[in-house]
Amino acid sequence: MFKMDIKKELGILPKSIWAFHCNSGSCNGCDIEIVALLTPRYDIERFGMKLVGSPRHADALLVTGPVTKYMTDRLRRIYAQIPGPKVVVVVGNCGASGDVFYKSYNLDGPVDNILPVDVYVHGCPPRPEAIIDGVTKAIVKLEEKRKELLESGGGGNV
Amino acid sequence: MAEENKTYTIPIGPVHVGLKEPITAWLQVDGERIVDVRIRPGAIHRGIEYMARERNPIQVIYLAERICGICSFAHIVSFVRVVEDATGIPVPPRAKYIRTILLELERIHSHILWAGVACYTLGYDSAFNLGMLLREKVMDVLEAMTGNRVNYGVGTIGGVRRDITPKVAKAINEMLDYYNREFSYFYNVVTEDPIVKARMRNVGVLSKENAIRYCAVGPTARASGLRMDLRWSSPYEAYEDLEVEPVVPQDYLGKVHGDVFDRFFVRVMEVYQSLDIVKKCMDGLPDGPIMHESKPAKLLSLLKEAEGVGQSSIEAPRGDDTHAIKLTKGEENITWWKVRAPTYANAMSWPIMFKDQEIADAPLIINSIDPCISCMERMLVVDEKGSSTMTTKEELIKLCRDKTRRLMHR
Repeated sequence: MFKMDIKKELGILPKSIWAFHCNSGSCNGCDIEIVALLTPRYDIERFGMKLVGSPRHADALLVTGPVTKYMTDRLRRIYAQIPGPKVVVVVGNCGASGDVFYKSYNLDGPVDNILPVDVYVHGCPPRPEAIIDGVTKAIVKLEEKRKELLESGGGGNV
Repeated sequence: MAEENKTYTIPIGPVHVGLKEPITAWLQVDGERIVDVRIRPGAIHRGIEYMARERNPIQVIYLAERICGICSFAHIVSFVRVVEDATGIPVPPRAKYIRTILLELERIHSHILWAGVACYTLGYDSAFNLGMLLREKVMDVLEAMTGNRVNYGVGTIGGVRRDITPKVAKAINEMLDYYNREFSYFYNVVTEDPIVKARMRNVGVLSKENAIRYCAVGPTARASGLRMDLRWSSPYEAYEDLEVEPVVPQDYLGKVHGDVFDRFFVRVMEVYQSLDIVKKCMDGLPDGPIMHESKPAKLLSLLKEAEGVGQSSIEAPRGDDTHAIKLTKGEENITWWKVRAPTYANAMSWPIMFKDQEIADAPLIINSIDPCISCMERMLVVDEKGSSTMTTKEELIKLCRDKTRRLMHR
């Protein structure tokens, strides 16, 4: 049977952070700023960060938008597919508080009603620099979680 | 042996690498060939029109902006135009020119973004990076002019809130030089590449007849050879003083294919057209005030006294964006507001484009109409018992007419 050496696996982790992006009903503003992160001017790949196509490869989940009723379940499932230790970064005001959509009938959000959020990046939309700042703060949190996992021998539910 | 003609269903979405926004498409495939497609919109419906009924027109400006982050200024202009139409508030000529400049800058950034993302969908990452590098210049100008890269918030009823200062004018002129110098490089790198041509030519074809039949709008319709552009057919703002010709592929290439390549070509040519319009606006920028009424409280009391219905259609980067509104005298809030964004009209032609294409082209075809899902997600029929019902076209038309009659008598 396949046996995982949790210490070795977690030892590999701290190199670089890969993020999965989920749009949960945003207006596209934050999404194009996240796309701008990949472009030559901001270029997050120089930090080893990149956007990945599958939540199973990701360390961080970037959530944009107030969560609509249809997306709630999808968001939970995406979060469950990310292997721990993981962090959630909310990009934009509407994911943090609802912002202009605060009285809508079709929202389950903000995001912290659904997922445990580690970092909020404010702005409508936040500048790409602010998103990079948010993700670097997320790395610190990820490190803490990793340490916790290592100490508990991988038994903790993070 | 398995049954013959058996098809399989492949779901794409709601969250998918090839899509930037949540929408679900079920592709019926026979081998690699797409036989049929079903689209399920509604994933990010936020009820914006409903929310607007609890807010006053000045608050709704910022809500209208957040219908969509890419064509945000188009939605603002369309919204303030309906309020101006309903109340009769005049707009100073300088404000009209500034609005036109902003609309065109937004079109440039939207089209370059789309062209870059189309290359990314093909797997041509170098062109994506090149396009996005070029796009940063217009983002800088937008930031210098309005203070924000996306969602500028500069439109207001009866004018605009930010003027073009000499510094901004300098930045705009620099940008025009930069694009006239550099943009052809991106365009050539993509259109002269044989692989890109092979991936885009004769993929996702929408014929002229089908474009008319399925009511395609904007660049999607123009790429099918339809000469339609609201800036040309019913000019608004400063377009009244300018001459804008719709960009159609037959004028440049001699022949219309109506495929993804034509859609790419039309958008690239529209970037050049927009640069030209911005230059003309900058040359003919009139002097004067930029707002009819600069005090929000005074403007609000003016709006409270207004009674009437307004309507406006403008050419957003993706097609015509129509708003309609009703204001009632003595009520601060909007009575009703209706938005028709271009993507909903364009999405109807997806099934036609998908017919007999390969699965590998599906994300490209979805992206080829430049879908803005957040724009189109305002219409959702929810049956409280959870059962789904089919509505025929006649019933829909009847419902529409009933609603119009009901609204007319309010």
